Amino acid sequence: MKWYIIKRLLQLIPVLLGASILAFSLIHLAPGDPARTMAGEHASVQTLEKIREKYGLDKPLPVQYGIWLGGVLKGDMGKSIVSNESVTREIMDRFPNTVELAFCAMIIAVAVGIIAGIISASKQYSPLDYTTMGVALFGVSMPVFWLGIMLLMIFGVILRWLPIGGRMSISIPFERVTGFYIFDSIIKLNGKALVSSIRHLILPSIALGTIPMATIARVTRSSMLEVLRQDFIRTERAKGLSERLVIYRHAVRNSMIPVVTVIGLNFGLLLAGALLTETVFSWPGIGRYVINAVGMRDYPVVQGCVMFFAFIFVLVNLIADILYIYIDPRIKYD
Amino acid sequence: MKIQKQDLNIVKARKEKLQKGAEELLGVPVKPNFLRRLAENKSALFGLIILVFFVICAILADYIAPNDPNPSPPNLELSLKAGPWSDEGVENMPLGTDALGRCVLSRIIYGTRVSLSAGIVAVIIAMVLGIILGVVAGYFGGWIDSLIMRIVDIMFAFPALLLAIVIVTLIGQGLDKAMVAIGIVYTPQMARIIRSAVLYIKEMEYIEFQKAIGSHNLRIIIRHVIPNSIAPVIVYGTLMLATAILDAAALGFLGLGAQPPTPEWGAMLSKSYSYIVSGAWWAATFPGIAIFLSVIGLNLLGDGLRDILDPRLKK
Repeated sequence: MKWYIIKRLLQLIPVLLGASILAFSLIHLAPGDPARTMAGEHASVQTLEKIREKYGLDKPLPVQYGIWLGGVLKGDMGKSIVSNESVTREIMDRFPNTVELAFCAMIIAVAVGIIAGIISASKQYSPLDYTTMGVALFGVSMPVFWLGIMLLMIFGVILRWLPIGGRMSISIPFERVTGFYIFDSIIKLNGKALVSSIRHLILPSIALGTIPMATIARVTRSSMLEVLRQDFIRTERAKGLSERLVIYRHAVRNSMIPVVTVIGLNFGLLLAGALLTETVFSWPGIGRYVINAVGMRDYPVVQGCVMFFAFIFVLVNLIADILYIYIDPRIKYD
Repeated sequence: MKIQKQDLNIVKARKEKLQKGAEELLGVPVKPNFLRRLAENKSALFGLIILVFFVICAILADYIAPNDPNPSPPNLELSLKAGPWSDEGVENMPLGTDALGRCVLSRIIYGTRVSLSAGIVAVIIAMVLGIILGVVAGYFGGWIDSLIMRIVDIMFAFPALLLAIVIVTLIGQGLDKAMVAIGIVYTPQMARIIRSAVLYIKEMEYIEFQKAIGSHNLRIIIRHVIPNSIAPVIVYGTLMLATAILDAAALGFLGLGAQPPTPEWGAMLSKSYSYIVSGAWWAATFPGIAIFLSVIGLNLLGDGLRDILDPRLKK
């Protein structure tokens, strides 16, 4: 097990190096002069020279890449062209918001998805099963940004139950400690901030959680059905165990293995979904940050975010793989 | 050694026998009457009907759209008017109008052309690139296989949509570029699927036979390997088309795909959703329903095709 993890970590190195080359080439493969792209069409020769010098664009490409990569390894991803702030800092300021959103979305997805899958499988071919799976099909086919807009319209605009965007009401005084709004409100005993930040979290989490919820429901159902067909379940039934006990004590436990993998895979996909959800709900996370940066052609920010996303994505997938082996001892890791 | 015609016949007979055995084993005909099985699969049929409906909309857009999707100059007096369901609505705008006073229904109908073709072009790009990479990697193996698969691994290190955004940032915005970006992003998945199909087919006796009679690799690949690995390509192509349409719409929504005034569903949504606060819900709701329906149709059809064409994949 230990060697497997070490081996997998070593395998990450070439993948992340490749990702860094891809992120780096963003500026340098783009057609045209990168300095001009940054400065805009009408920049003067002096401005261009300045930019070239500032971003080291006058050096040969491999050297530039080396300098950039060296910076990234030290946690320095350059400065944003727009705000002139450190990209690493800006990412770290926003990352807790994305994590909060992704976690909440995942909790909703896992809870509802697994329950729906279990109910569906234990009552296979019943109207309930068809309804649940129909809803799941709707869930995987829904554009996440449209779902967000619809939720916003129904619960924010028409019913006025929940706020239509942002992380928290600006009128509430709030002291930032870790950057996780819910956590910070709790340790500072700030009740108002807690309520407000939770209320702002509900709609985006539902929007973001729907697709993984549907996937988890589908996988849980098919995995449960597979387990229910196995001999030991027949034995349990023959022993006279109640159906409830058979399902909840035996079938569910044994059918969770593929579900865990799917949850792991979906965590990565959540990050992609966050790009859209955060845009719809004006959520101050890294998804919206990178989208805005793309719009402003703020290349250092885009580069930094791409690198950061790749790192998180690869790491989450690795954790999922390790968990998978941990949960299912039958898997051989070599 | 010269191969006699007799030997070829033996091989042919053997292949038929194998096929018969496979049919008994799988319980389904290996070469089924495709259309009949499609008709028997209710959800696939339903998906096909939805898809045909959209294709008809796309082809006949000029005849069925009630209004001009891009009147110039725009009629701003009609801005954000409701449809005939409301007292203040406009009679001849069945789904209301958008901020520039354009007919939402007509734009959705014309948008079918844009979104379907965007998805199809992206998937074709992914298929062509994926087949080339997957066949080369799977058939030849060795260092070239390792190289291609490492590149694929690197591309898998990014969420697909983010990678598409990166590529669009690189090559510029616009519908055509968005198609290319999505096509490239989907290539690794396609390449993996094809590679595994090729690895399986490569070990078959008929390929061995072709090698034994000295057929050229290119001929074996084109005549035997690709045709036999095409079933999963079609299945995944259909399912991929669903996500390609979603991703094209997402890029349009983010302002990176189709540019105005192109009537593209995602771009329509992004231009209209800020108006729902003022009560104009129709301009953002209906384009989303169009995306949703087309994707559901493709998912149903794709799942059905998977059951029909590739029973091994059936879960």
